[in-house]
Amino acid sequence: MSAVHYESWGRYPKHNPAGVIKLFWKDEIPRLDNIEGSVLPYGCGKSYGDSCQNSGGILLDTRGLNRLISFDEKEGVLKCEAGVTLSAILDFAVPRGWFLAVTPGTKHITIAGAIANDVHGKNHHRAGSFGCWVNCFELLRSNGERFLCSNEENPDLFRATIGGLGITGLITWVEIRLKPCPSAFFYYESIKFDNLDEFFLINADSDSEFEYTVSWVDTSATDGSLGRGIYMRGNHASPDKFKLPDLPKPKQIPMPIQAPFINSCSVNLFNLLYYHKQFERKISQVAHYDPFFYPLDAISNWNLAYGKNGFLQYQFVVPFGSERDSLKRMLRIIARSGMSSFLTVLKTMGDKPSPGMMSFPRPGVIMAIDFRMTGEPALKLLSTLDEIVVDVGGILYPAKDARMSARDFQLFYPQWREFSKFIDPKFSSSFWRRVIGN
Amino acid sequence: MKILIFGACSAIARETAICFAEEGAKLFLVDLKESRLEAVRQDILTRHKTQIEIYECDANDFANHPAMLDAAIGALGGLDAVLIAHGTYPDQQALQLDIEAIRREFSTNCISIISLATLFAGYFEKQKSGCIAAISSVAGDRGRQRNYVYGSAKGAVSLFMQGLRGRLLPSGVKVVTIKPGQVDTPMTADMPKGFLFASAKVVGKGIYDAMKMGKDVVYLPGYWRWIMLIIKLIPESIFKKLKF
Ligand SMILES: Cc1cc2nc3c(=O)[nH]c(=O)nc-3n(C[C@H](O)[C@H](O)[C@H](O)COP(=O)(O)OP(=O)(O)OC[C@H]3O[C@@H](n4cnc5c(N)ncnc54)[C@H](O)[C@@H]3O)c2cc1C
Ligand SMILES: NC(=O)c1ccc[n+]([C@@H]2O[C@H](COP(=O)([O-])OP(=O)(O)OC[C@H]3O[C@@H](n4cnc5c(N)ncnc54)[C@H](OP(=O)(O)O)[C@@H]3O)[C@@H](O)[C@H]2O)c1
Repeated sequence: MSAVHYESWGRYPKHNPAGVIKLFWKDEIPRLDNIEGSVLPYGCGKSYGDSCQNSGGILLDTRGLNRLISFDEKEGVLKCEAGVTLSAILDFAVPRGWFLAVTPGTKHITIAGAIANDVHGKNHHRAGSFGCWVNCFELLRSNGERFLCSNEENPDLFRATIGGLGITGLITWVEIRLKPCPSAFFYYESIKFDNLDEFFLINADSDSEFEYTVSWVDTSATDGSLGRGIYMRGNHASPDKFKLPDLPKPKQIPMPIQAPFINSCSVNLFNLLYYHKQFERKISQVAHYDPFFYPLDAISNWNLAYGKNGFLQYQFVVPFGSERDSLKRMLRIIARSGMSSFLTVLKTMGDKPSPGMMSFPRPGVIMAIDFRMTGEPALKLLSTLDEIVVDVGGILYPAKDARMSARDFQLFYPQWREFSKFIDPKFSSSFWRRVIGN
Repeated sequence: MKILIFGACSAIARETAICFAEEGAKLFLVDLKESRLEAVRQDILTRHKTQIEIYECDANDFANHPAMLDAAIGALGGLDAVLIAHGTYPDQQALQLDIEAIRREFSTNCISIISLATLFAGYFEKQKSGCIAAISSVAGDRGRQRNYVYGSAKGAVSLFMQGLRGRLLPSGVKVVTIKPGQVDTPMTADMPKGFLFASAKVVGKGIYDAMKMGKDVVYLPGYWRWIMLIIKLIPESIFKKLKF
């Protein structure tokens, strides 16, 4: 057992596990019910808040479960151990003509972590969530029982574990469907929009023609420019249609120092420069999947730039119908607070249902906003935003949460009681204890 | 190519095995546990279609070494190269008053490697070609108080390989000594990871390259050559006071 360094991506709240068990072989996992205290699987710790934390309990570090098991080249069906990263899957699959059917904004997460939060990507409006592409997995419970879970076998455990926040048991291996891709490259366009209404206009044109859409929003802008930003939309680039560049050499720059150089001043400046760096209204280009999907992965540990107090991400979805009004209200509050966000992402979600019982993705508009953790002011601002989310029937994303109230969580996810039946009695997380109020 | 890897479930050796499988080499993988060998075989086979055989053998089961070699030659129809990769990293504190434990560690990390290398040398010398690579360690370059039992076992392996290299030169057999620095693997799971830590993938690929080129001694990653040069230059009167 060891407790080296197990933070969440937002580095707030700071919780220490009592110990860590590193797993390396899926058939040699110790009996979990003999362990003192509760246990929680830990992937790459890319969840922002406390859903990958188990204060005072045990973390099961799954990154050593990193082997592939089989691949059906005709159908694109990949079976691998739970700790295999999306990055490793892409390294394996792209040269063979396959791509992840759904990928979030970082590739440095484990496949089981992607299931436990039922993550979504830029193509949610078409492909649905990650869980939609999972054929089956094995779930190891603390009493040593192993369940094969799929739509047909143990369907309840299957549904509970997708988006199940890691507390229904330990996933040991997973089988997913990939999708064919013509190359490692994407054709994409970035289009400037002057305000929120323009975003919706461009979006209405884009969802049917582009498989991937997402926007960056300048939260410092006000009045007529409220909600201005840059819309990005893209498709896989086929070598028949586009002249593709050479494959880039992989490189990752580490964050040189841990210092809070993200503050409201630098953020405002960044937002201004970012918005204006694009002179033309629309640019189109062909780019490798790394800069297209994972621009943030270019700097490892960029989260350290927020300093030792960490940061909060606030991600919600508001249902269609209420979106314009609620987003404008929230953007105004944020701009007025002076705590503008360096990375704000906006996207419309589709109606393909997630198989998960507790899944976050659903139809509507999502927004993800990063705030430096400044203590009371930041927490207060987010509570104000909560009221709007609750008011319009939206919900918050547990993978990004470090502070929502138990009351709000239970309102957002009323199915939590039914879900509770599937929780493994030995499993728990700091997040879960917080949101069910014990 | 027909390759035997002893200690094939090691995180580093798996990466080397993947590189060999990619070029179509046939593999004979040896380690302690069949279930682990099976997982490694499936991983490699999923990536590259080739012939992969597995064989359970404890490095300390010296009597079984010749049978293991025969099985490899039989299964693959000959052998072109071997990599000896197994090892353990003992807790120095727990070890230093326990001579029995020190003997056991020496058996695993030194004598068994010497025994295997001697066996393979006999085979390759007759064949007049081949390559014997063994993973030693930078820890074998100088005796540090923090890990001198492990270090001295690895040091003996390095010296043994050096002598063997001269002996096998006339028969055209390459002898490759691999000296990794710190690598992020199950062996170092409990150590805090500083910036000098390399991934098993980088080191495993480095071993593959060194074996292909028939290098004599490689430090992996390469910067360890310079770090060890400095460490070796520190006068003993100062070195003995260093607590690392
Ligand atoms: C830069 C960045 C961009 C992101 N973009 C997106 C995005 O676009 N869309 C999105 O949905 N998310 C996004 N995320 C969030 C991230 O994808 C999720 O938090 C993801 O779940 C993290 O996976 P992980 O492997 O790091 O797991 P962790 O964060 O370590 O754990 C996440 C959950 O998985 C559980 N878990 C891990 N392994 C297992 C296992 N073997 N069995 C059972 N449960 C397990 C844990 O208990 C925990 O509940 C982003 C995160 C970052 C840092
Ligand atoms: N990691 C580092 O920082 C580092 C640095 C320098 C050198 N090295 C050397 O690199 C080599 C590979 O190590 P690693 O880091 O990849 O560690 P690892 O993943 O722990 O691999 C060690 C392997 O050796 C096997 N093994 C141990 N005792 C054995 C025995 N008696 N008979 C047969 N197999 C045995 C282990 O099997 P079980 O798991 O079944 O016991 C395991 O598969 C070792 O020689 C190590 O000393 C490592």
